[in-house]
Amino acid sequence: MIPEIGHYALILALCVAVVQGCLPIYGAAVGNSSLMAVAKPAARGQFLLVLLAFCCLGYAFADKDFSVLYVAATSNSQLPLHYRLAAIWGAHEGSLLLWMFILSIWMVAVSFFSTRLPEAMLARILGVMGLVSVGFLLFMLTVSNPFERLIPAALDGRDLNPLLQDPGMVIHPPMLYMGYVGFSVAFSFAIAALLGGTLDAAWARWSRPWTTVAWCFMTVGVAMGSGWAYYELGWGGWWFWDPVENASFMPWLAGTALMHSLAVTDKRGGFKAWSVLLAIMAFSLSLLGTFLVRSGVLTSVHAFATDPKRGLFILIFLAVVIGGSLVLYAWRAPRVGLGGSFALISREGMLLANNVLLVAALGSVLLGTLYPLFLDALDLGKISVGPPYFDTVFLPLMTPAIFLMGIGPLAQWKQASLPALAIRLRWAFGVSLATAVAVPWLMGQWTPLISLGLLLAFWILATILVDLRERLLQAESGSVGGRLATLPRAYWGMVLAHCGVALFIVGVTMVKGFEVEQDVRMNVGETATLGGYTFRFDGTQQVNGPNYVAARGTFHVSQDGREVTVMYPEKRRYFVQNQTMTEAAISPGLLRDLYVSLGEPLEGGAWSVRLYHKPFIDWIWGGCLVMAAGGILAVSDRRYRLAWRRKEAAVPATAQMARPTIS
Amino acid sequence: MRWLWIFILLLPGLAVAYEAQPLTANPQAEARLKALAVELRCLVCQNQTLADSNAPLAEDLRREVREMIAKDMSDKEIIHFLVTRYGDFVLYRPPWKLTTTLLWLGPFLLLGVGATGLVFALRRRQKKVTDVTLSEAEHNRVEKLLSEGVHRP
Amino acid sequence: MNRFLIPFGLFIVVVGFLAVGLTLNPRELPSPLVGKAAPEFSLPQLHDPEKVISSNDLKGKVWLLNFWASWCGGCKEEHPVLIRIAQSGEVPIYGMDYKDQRSEALAWLKEWGNPYQIVAVDEPGRVGINYGVYGVPETYVIDKAGVIRYKQIGPIREDILEKKILPLVRELQKQ
Repeated sequence: MIPEIGHYALILALCVAVVQGCLPIYGAAVGNSSLMAVAKPAARGQFLLVLLAFCCLGYAFADKDFSVLYVAATSNSQLPLHYRLAAIWGAHEGSLLLWMFILSIWMVAVSFFSTRLPEAMLARILGVMGLVSVGFLLFMLTVSNPFERLIPAALDGRDLNPLLQDPGMVIHPPMLYMGYVGFSVAFSFAIAALLGGTLDAAWARWSRPWTTVAWCFMTVGVAMGSGWAYYELGWGGWWFWDPVENASFMPWLAGTALMHSLAVTDKRGGFKAWSVLLAIMAFSLSLLGTFLVRSGVLTSVHAFATDPKRGLFILIFLAVVIGGSLVLYAWRAPRVGLGGSFALISREGMLLANNVLLVAALGSVLLGTLYPLFLDALDLGKISVGPPYFDTVFLPLMTPAIFLMGIGPLAQWKQASLPALAIRLRWAFGVSLATAVAVPWLMGQWTPLISLGLLLAFWILATILVDLRERLLQAESGSVGGRLATLPRAYWGMVLAHCGVALFIVGVTMVKGFEVEQDVRMNVGETATLGGYTFRFDGTQQVNGPNYVAARGTFHVSQDGREVTVMYPEKRRYFVQNQTMTEAAISPGLLRDLYVSLGEPLEGGAWSVRLYHKPFIDWIWGGCLVMAAGGILAVSDRRYRLAWRRKEAAVPATAQMARPTIS
Repeated sequence: MRWLWIFILLLPGLAVAYEAQPLTANPQAEARLKALAVELRCLVCQNQTLADSNAPLAEDLRREVREMIAKDMSDKEIIHFLVTRYGDFVLYRPPWKLTTTLLWLGPFLLLGVGATGLVFALRRRQKKVTDVTLSEAEHNRVEKLLSEGVHRP
Repeated sequence: MNRFLIPFGLFIVVVGFLAVGLTLNPRELPSPLVGKAAPEFSLPQLHDPEKVISSNDLKGKVWLLNFWASWCGGCKEEHPVLIRIAQSGEVPIYGMDYKDQRSEALAWLKEWGNPYQIVAVDEPGRVGINYGVYGVPETYVIDKAGVIRYKQIGPIREDILEKKILPLVRELQKQ
């Protein structure tokens, strides 16, 4: 009964979505207020219906209802409750429901937090989101129904893939989808602006917080995916340039470019058409990611079970949504005004150079990911494009972008002077270079790449200090604390986010440069030394889990004679799918991770063991979290809080006339 | 008495824990294998490198590569061995060929096109947009508006 | 207007490729050995380990080389097709028992029938690597000069047999 209610709720949601997609946009085109007013209640109604459907599926999992095909395929009676619930998004159909659910959350958020938007704009935004949800609901109801019944019911389920039976499964997909789907808001803003013809600095001002929040979620989602792969997959890697990883990285790159481009559009009214194009690109890449994971077009460890019918549906949906948006763009964008002018050497110029670099990087990742498909389609052979390619190509593109990160905030708007900037920054450069050369040399291993990485990281930090010092000197006299308080939160957000990037670069550089690994054969009682730590193997014992049996090893770790920690790596065998999994033991630390992974049992109770000492690796994900925190801080800036707090009537559409030449 | 002294002298030897042996007899060859295997694709578990995969074929191929290293074959020869049997698919670093020129040059072409596009767009904009200069009174009015915000009755 | 259509144009190209991609199989690996000389081998026979079967012995006729194993599920699937080919006598099939146990292989053939003229034993899998085998079953069509003409990845289905393999075999036999 409950699954049928869920199914019915989805059908109703589709009807509401159709209404939401058509009426408000039409109403905005002809100026009919009552039609436009349909948008908000429709969005909220859709949220409630999709929430109901989501809860019904959750109930089916919690209740171990194996008469629902999807539950039987991804769950099991021995699976603990939290994993049974996480299994909602464990495979294709359920993850689509999650997508839809998160889309409805963003829709309802837009309906609540947009009191200051003109009604026509809000109508169009919710209308476009409604059209997107029509596509997803239709997809689910036709070829990917999570509520399909299995008659007769299975006696027990096929279990969730053991790789997914992990806390990461509970958090990573929702976070990632919040980001993916969040870019649909920026996309809808862009389409609404194109439809309405009002493409001004105010549009950028409204768009920015939504874009930034989506970007924050995306950052956390991608970072979590990487962290999860690190501790789950057992061989210590954290990024493989796998097609699905790339599919989440590309929207992130587009989102980053969009955030910076919107800064120009907001402050200076310039490059509006470009910002709109980026917003379309970011969401298009989200949809492309959805396609790549589910169509079987590329091999990936993340791919869901594939079916050409599903792939075709998504491709058609993709073609319609993105193709339609790009045609609208080609038609309307030329009429958009140009905004203020500025020189090539200026803050705007540098922000746009940053955009060019980010988009070039984005394009390269896309090229590398799709190239094997291109060649195969043209019958020119089969190749593989993997980490060696991406690493070679990505670094030269990102290095100039990081340099610009240091110079940009110091450059004046509209016109800056390169020699003057060089003088202001000469100490920062000198100190960064000296430290970057000295540190690896002192640590005993110097390569150009390590120094380059450290140079970039120190450069970011040094230039932030220079910028901060200059701003403090310029601020009205008072105590240092008072002057610091006058700096807007948006500035602090930027500083924090850029520091996050610096931390990330330090993490990557130090791990790649100084990581050590050992493959040893350990008998009980033997020790191995790595990175100053001594690991003593104290044998294994059998441990029973809820749906697995494991051999758990015990390793006592000491440094300079003092015991530091005890580590328990496991080798698990899950009953239902009869799969063997390695659970590495990780001892995380601020300055290093210790990583122990059991290999194979050898004779006499001995095991082959892999040991790692990874310095600074947690700075990689820590840096990403700091980046996201910076974004949140920027969004909490005064001007957004004031705008939200003021309960004024929405400004009618006719009064929106920004003068294009006044900045 | 002599035996007691010998025994006491030997005691420390019993207290030393044994150091684990490396898994392989030849660490240098193993390091070379790892460097090669990390850039090769496993053909069975196609999303893992040859170094990481546990598939039987991956173990066989690692064995082959070890033997080739032992025979003092160069990296190039080892890669040639694998490519003649499995094609370019086995390489994670795409080889430089006519068909992959676009792949390797593409990113830098994109950068070049983007940079050129940016410079042209900025030049075009500078020609089209004329700056409006404000009078003193207008400037004051703008300042007042910006500091107060927009109030509506 | 023109330069604003560039994104749309690029997009259409990408969609075109993705659409073609839906019809392809990214996991399948065509063999670079097609058109080249079949790697030589000289291996003990399954039924008579004292004797040796060599690829050189088979020059001068068109033959099929079928890599199989007793632990392979797909091999059971294609087995009826192989039996049919053997019974028709059109082209001889030689088996290569890949990474298998002798006793299990013999038992398997006894239970399901033996379509092979001779079965070679490749227990370490080295010959398989030389032939670029990455899964079983895989089948090679080899001509009179000892050149590989076609590789079938996965079980041979009836339609592939009729449409691809047999016509090719007949053509090669005329040469």
